[in-house]
Amino acid sequence: MNYFAGIDVGALSTEAVILDGKGELAGYSIVGTGANSTEAAEEALQKALVLVGRSYDEIKRTVATGYGRACVPFADKKITEISCHALGAHHLFPDTGTVIDIGGQDSKVIRVGEGGKVLDFTMNDKCAAGTGRFLEVMAAKLQVSLDKMGDLSLRAGGDVRISSVCTVFAESEVVSLVAQNHPKEEIIRALHRSIVNRVWSMVKTLGVHIAVTMSGGVAKNRAVVSFMEEKLGHSIHVHTEPQIVGALGAALLARK
Amino acid sequence: MSLVRNLRYHFMKDLGSPALMRFSRATRKRRSRQPNPNFGPPLEASARLKEIMTRHYFLSRYAEGAKPVAWVSSGAPVELLRPFDFYTVYPENHGALCGAQKMGPELCSVAEEHGYHQDLCSYARIDLGHYFSRKTPAGKLPKPDLLFASNNICQTVVYWYKALAHYWQIPLILFDTPYNFEEINGIDIAYMVRQFEEMIPTLEKVSGRRFNYRKFQGIIRIAKEASNTWGEVLDTMKARPAPMTIFDAFGHLAPIVSLRGLPVALEYYRTLLGELKERVDRGMGAITNEHKRLMWDNIAIWYKMRDLSNLFAARGMNFVTATYTNAWAETIPYMAESRPFESMAKTYSLVILNNNLNHRLGLMERLIKEFQVDGLVIHSARSCKPYSVGQYDLRRLLMQRLGVPSVVIEADITDSRAYSEEQARIRMEAFFEAMGV
Repeated sequence: MNYFAGIDVGALSTEAVILDGKGELAGYSIVGTGANSTEAAEEALQKALVLVGRSYDEIKRTVATGYGRACVPFADKKITEISCHALGAHHLFPDTGTVIDIGGQDSKVIRVGEGGKVLDFTMNDKCAAGTGRFLEVMAAKLQVSLDKMGDLSLRAGGDVRISSVCTVFAESEVVSLVAQNHPKEEIIRALHRSIVNRVWSMVKTLGVHIAVTMSGGVAKNRAVVSFMEEKLGHSIHVHTEPQIVGALGAALLARK
Repeated sequence: MSLVRNLRYHFMKDLGSPALMRFSRATRKRRSRQPNPNFGPPLEASARLKEIMTRHYFLSRYAEGAKPVAWVSSGAPVELLRPFDFYTVYPENHGALCGAQKMGPELCSVAEEHGYHQDLCSYARIDLGHYFSRKTPAGKLPKPDLLFASNNICQTVVYWYKALAHYWQIPLILFDTPYNFEEINGIDIAYMVRQFEEMIPTLEKVSGRRFNYRKFQGIIRIAKEASNTWGEVLDTMKARPAPMTIFDAFGHLAPIVSLRGLPVALEYYRTLLGELKERVDRGMGAITNEHKRLMWDNIAIWYKMRDLSNLFAARGMNFVTATYTNAWAETIPYMAESRPFESMAKTYSLVILNNNLNHRLGLMERLIKEFQVDGLVIHSARSCKPYSVGQYDLRRLLMQRLGVPSVVIEADITDSRAYSEEQARIRMEAFFEAMGV
């Protein structure tokens, strides 16, 4: 049987997805990108192949996407993550009208049309506001592990606000909130609100098109999803592994 | 004005600069570039353009003391200065030159060291950076005797030129144009005409020459003809394939900006127009394989012209129109020799950046239709707030009305530090994917 691979080389993590000949998800892997994008792509694909129990020779076509897509020498084609996220999200949730992808280095909002086609998109500009990096910096500052941030935030009440969306300025706001003895949970909640506000303004520039699917590592954060749903007044689709949506889209393109 | 300097200026004008041109022509032949298969043959007029602009900057250094020198903003009604024989230097054109020569960050940094903020327009920062460091790719710029600006392009020029007036200790003439919210009325026109009348004594004093109304009318006539010809030059790009790319037009724009009202600009655009018409007749395109036709919005990204030009041409995409290049042709029909002041007030107050967004929307719609545009590339320029504001609304409306796909590139006109290669590239590649190229 022929297999198809999609590899998404992101700023922080690299994902590989393998589809079988029928287009069913055979397996996937997620590794850290580190300093060498080519090695990360090879490692991710190798891991996924081991999981599926297949060899590289059985992969008929590979499509690479993400920031490091140019560094995947064995890819047959390179496609932007914008097209891949749209297609991946459409495949998982066919009613998707908008994709909100919050990755490590950037966040983007994509308006998706029939068949997973990109109708329009917008991205954050050259700063880390509204990205995974924002939360990562704040987690380090508050000495909380990144994957606990969401739960801590949902437990909190209070009315603490972070007015800045800028990572550097927000960090100094956090410092002063800590100095004022505000509970960590409340500060984390405020940080989540800040990131949601930033991304929400991007959603608004494209107009809200239901249904909304979230992808990227930050979609694993329950608080971000929940605050976004509050803004939207609607529930949001999130796959059990939102990080692989881009790689899935790439694999689907490989099979096309 | 000194006699010695005057003699030197005329010597350089008549003998020095032609000699320089001959030398530059001779050296240019030795550096022939490998032709890029994605482009048609280069425009022959380009050599003449280079000569005109090199000569303009070369001679400018000898103008100091020989002729009255004015530094002028791109939207100022320069026609009024011409009868007084001012040698005009355009800091914005100089800024674009610095940008194209990739000197933007260096000169901007100098201004920033003197306390000017990074968010300030990079043309202004380059100009102030030049003031503090006197660095320029043009060799030397002449010290101005007068500053002449209009706020029809932005409010920044007001404060930028006030700073220049403070540093150089020279007079500043500011032409205030009421913003066109709905329409420019008779009171607005009277207000602007009164300003022109008030300018004349200052211009006479600085230049030492009397105002000559007839000469002024002649200049209005030449300026109008040159702008009209520029408009015809742009119109040749309606042809399929277009005989020129907008990246060429960004370069060929220099004379209409800096030499408006002088016979040389008119002569040049007649030559260029002739060549373009011939290309259209022969079906010769600027790029070899024109699949898609695009429109550009906002000022050029001067340090990325070649890269962008190659990137799009390789995919068979040609930019055939731009709101920016159009700005020097759009309002010229208002200009009338018989009523120079009133008509000039209208011409200059109705320019794109002094006009409301509805007007801009209508203009973009018209250009998209007339030039058969398939896609729109919007440069959101960090420097130019009046041009960049409203772009997201405009693109949304254009998409709704005409279904034209578009992409926004966040960059800057000359400060390459505000440009992120990867961020821009991913946006453009996604745009290419959406357009199926």
